[in-house]
Amino acid sequence: MAEEETTREGARAKTPEEVRPRGQASIAQMLIIGAIASALGIALGLIIDWFPPAASTQANRIDTVYDVLIVVSVPVFVLVTVVVLFSVWKFRQRPGEELADGPPIHGNTRLEVVWTAIPAILLVALCTYAYVVLTDIEEAKAGETRINVIGQQFAWTFEYPQADGKPIRSNQLYLEEGHPVRFFVKSRDVIHDFWVPAFRMKIDAVPGIETSYRVTPNRLGRYPVVCAELCGLGHALMRQTAHVVSSEDYAAWAEKQRQPAEPAAGGGGGGAAPDGKTLFTQGNGQSTACGACHTLADAGTSASTGPDLDQGLKGRDAAFIRQSIVDPDAVITQGYNAGIMPKDFAQQLSPEELDALVSYLEKATGG
Amino acid sequence: MTAKLRAPGWYRAALWVVIGIAVAYGLTLLIRGLYGWDPILKGDTVLQIALITVPLTFLGGIGCFDYWLYWAAGRATRPEDHSNHGAYSWKDYFKVNTDHKVIGTQYVVTSFFFLFVGGLIAMLMRAELAQPGRQFVDAEAFNGLFSVHASLLIFLFIIPVFAGLANFVLPLMIGAPDMAFPRLNALSYWMLPVAGLMMTASFLAPGGSFASGWTAYAPLSTTQPIGQVFFTLGVQFAGASSIATALNFLVTIITMRAPGMSFFRMPLLVWANFSTSLLVVIATPFIAASQFFVLLDRGLGFNFFDPTQGGDVLMYQHVFWFYSHPAVYIMMLPGFGIISEVLAVKSRKPVFGYRMMAFSLLAIVVLGFTVWAHHMFVSGMQNWIRIPMMVTTAIIAVPTGIKVFSWLATLWRGVLKLDTPMLWALGFITMFVLGGISGVSLAIIPFTIHVSDTYFIVAHIHYVLFGGSLFTIFAGVYYWFPKMTGRMYDETLGKIHFWTTLVFFNITFAPMHVIGIQGMPRRVSDYAEQYADWNLIISIASFGVGLSTLVFLYNIVVSWRGGPRAVANPWRALTLEWQVSSPPPVFNFDAVPTVVGGPYEYGVPGAVHGVFRKGAEVAQPAGASAAPQSDRE
Repeated sequence: MAEEETTREGARAKTPEEVRPRGQASIAQMLIIGAIASALGIALGLIIDWFPPAASTQANRIDTVYDVLIVVSVPVFVLVTVVVLFSVWKFRQRPGEELADGPPIHGNTRLEVVWTAIPAILLVALCTYAYVVLTDIEEAKAGETRINVIGQQFAWTFEYPQADGKPIRSNQLYLEEGHPVRFFVKSRDVIHDFWVPAFRMKIDAVPGIETSYRVTPNRLGRYPVVCAELCGLGHALMRQTAHVVSSEDYAAWAEKQRQPAEPAAGGGGGGAAPDGKTLFTQGNGQSTACGACHTLADAGTSASTGPDLDQGLKGRDAAFIRQSIVDPDAVITQGYNAGIMPKDFAQQLSPEELDALVSYLEKATGG
Repeated sequence: MTAKLRAPGWYRAALWVVIGIAVAYGLTLLIRGLYGWDPILKGDTVLQIALITVPLTFLGGIGCFDYWLYWAAGRATRPEDHSNHGAYSWKDYFKVNTDHKVIGTQYVVTSFFFLFVGGLIAMLMRAELAQPGRQFVDAEAFNGLFSVHASLLIFLFIIPVFAGLANFVLPLMIGAPDMAFPRLNALSYWMLPVAGLMMTASFLAPGGSFASGWTAYAPLSTTQPIGQVFFTLGVQFAGASSIATALNFLVTIITMRAPGMSFFRMPLLVWANFSTSLLVVIATPFIAASQFFVLLDRGLGFNFFDPTQGGDVLMYQHVFWFYSHPAVYIMMLPGFGIISEVLAVKSRKPVFGYRMMAFSLLAIVVLGFTVWAHHMFVSGMQNWIRIPMMVTTAIIAVPTGIKVFSWLATLWRGVLKLDTPMLWALGFITMFVLGGISGVSLAIIPFTIHVSDTYFIVAHIHYVLFGGSLFTIFAGVYYWFPKMTGRMYDETLGKIHFWTTLVFFNITFAPMHVIGIQGMPRRVSDYAEQYADWNLIISIASFGVGLSTLVFLYNIVVSWRGGPRAVANPWRALTLEWQVSSPPPVFNFDAVPTVVGGPYEYGVPGAVHGVFRKGAEVAQPAGASAAPQSDRE
């Protein structure tokens, strides 16, 4: 055994104090370099355009929070990195120092109190600021419009309650610029997450409860709507579009939605009979609208979760169309997955609705 | 042959596995028959039962329960002759062994095997993500890949590899001959390969592997094909292993310290594992519960998470994160311990503020239980809970900050030996601070609302778990490699490994912050065109990370087989594990060490941590002569 030998080893190593750097001079150098690096880092962090376009008042507040985080974070990282690099530069073991030890400094209470207290104060300050911003962005606004957002594998349906009790349903989100809205989010199956990156706000769509958030859109344009919570096979494709439009355009859109869809050419006998095109674009109130996932020129939809029906159903007969609705995995379009389209449309749609949909699709795709 | 089938080992394990499968069929037929259900034999049901019975019969067959079963049955237990201590050939590592050093090596090697499996899965994912659209795998396979990737690397790599390193060095560090419960220790190890194989094999399950992420949120997880159960039950075995090991560490640390080893003379690695073990025994039962809920909900229709039947979807997340947030510290605190060891030795200075280092660990243990709902800021839970969770989440950065600043002060004015373990330790400090900064940002609710469930989160957890935990693991593996194998690794290859990993790691994960903020959600096999450029860069760099790991593999394999012999104490360290030969004697210490001072008294003239008094030789346990040490080599 080598115990005696090893226990003596500590004694053998002596610190050549006089030849090692003492550290004080380095601290001044470090402060200067650290300050310059921090300034550069903060400048860079603020110049970089991190975010997608900001299209709500909430987004502007949140982007400012991020700027504050950059200003606080960069010096912390610079501090640590500079100390590490300086230690490596000044205090690395040089030839002849193989058996040298550093000075036996065990601690410094004052220093330890400082580096406990300062971060604590800084963090509490950050949290206070975050609390103020949070309260602001979640504040109720006068005259906000209610919009129900319903998540289902793998599409969103947007429902605009109307005074007459017949809500407008759409798979495109239309919002009026400058007008505050509150989204009430629900799910029909698993958890989804309703996120519009341009608004910076998101919330889970949770089965069994209703969640909500508020935004005030303030920039015209089209922005992606994204599902941010893993919801199954089609999760990656659960993307739709939000349109922020002017008051006039919004009113025109709403007016158009309120009109019953023009009966599909030659389809059905009118009256109470279900209309295939309406079913396609809006669903029946229970089912997801076909147009939420499928492109169809005749219905004016342009989603890409599922196959493009102008291509996929071209020249197909009614039997094939019916099978594709009630048993979607029977024939799978190349490049798409089985198991993404719900298999329960036969239950969700009444036989009359299914017939109307099939005949509409047959006509619309030139079958 | 009969003797082989009766004695513990692989033959009996194979036989018992067959019995386990038969039991699964039998139970299915019996119960479905009694209820008169049609069809009487259902593949899903058999598979689900087999996933419970087969691991148990395997563990029995290989010999994990022999002693206890003899004892419980009132049969004569074979006297403990310690003949299965030590490993004399590579075959001994494939047997149930009660030597903590053998178990430690088994743990580390098994964990690294799963690191490579998980890493290969990551390469597949990055190949798919190199371009938008679908190239190599479909959505089903992709969802399986990221779920298995995360599950393996969390439950089969980071958590157990720390347990493995500690298994090897912790008893040596406190001057103990072994862990407190060596047989429990062996059982803890053998549950790991079971859990790992189960998760990996899920790709073969009908309907594909589990695809609801490692978080397995209900009700997605409760409506998945049978592959989900491979996770649900795999986690039970990994978790049971984790709990048993933690209990073992706690009892070992509390009761088996050498004379003079007071709590405040313990090396910080011991403190770190003490803290981690507290977290494990308190928190891990919660993930077990969450997965049992999923199992019962999915398999037996318990409707825990079906709101139409009075279920509560958010409850799953609360129970899950009550474990899985502390789990973040379970995956980090042992690394903190490793860094403290390496920095003190390689800087030739005492750890700065030793007591605050120990107390900050305990502070993290306590605070770690108060922050779980910060994973749920956008989950739809009650709004007011977010505020206290934000404050605690920010405040937990204070004890972590104390540790970082103390490490920096440890470096200052030291004599820094910049070899491989030290490079990893320094790399850890800088990378971990980046992960910590993004972590504090994620406490700030208004920012989190935007970036939760995006690639920003992916970047954050990889800076914490890869730049953080994995860097400490590499530091620890290089640092203790001479002690564990008796060989020196190749210093040049070690440095190449470090620099390539550092560079490619940053090119891989730093851009993920950017695309996350820009709006790319995580867990997607396909993405909008605007993220294509960054994703291509990330994918290319990730293959660099993969290649750099091959350098490590080569270095370790070649050095273990034929590296230069290691001396007892190549680093001139003071802690006890370096005061015995490399590798250590079968029973660790020929003489009981007496601890006379702190573990890091570098630079104090004449300071020692432990001494071996003449005449304090350990009386060898009865029957130890059955394994004479002269058998070594």
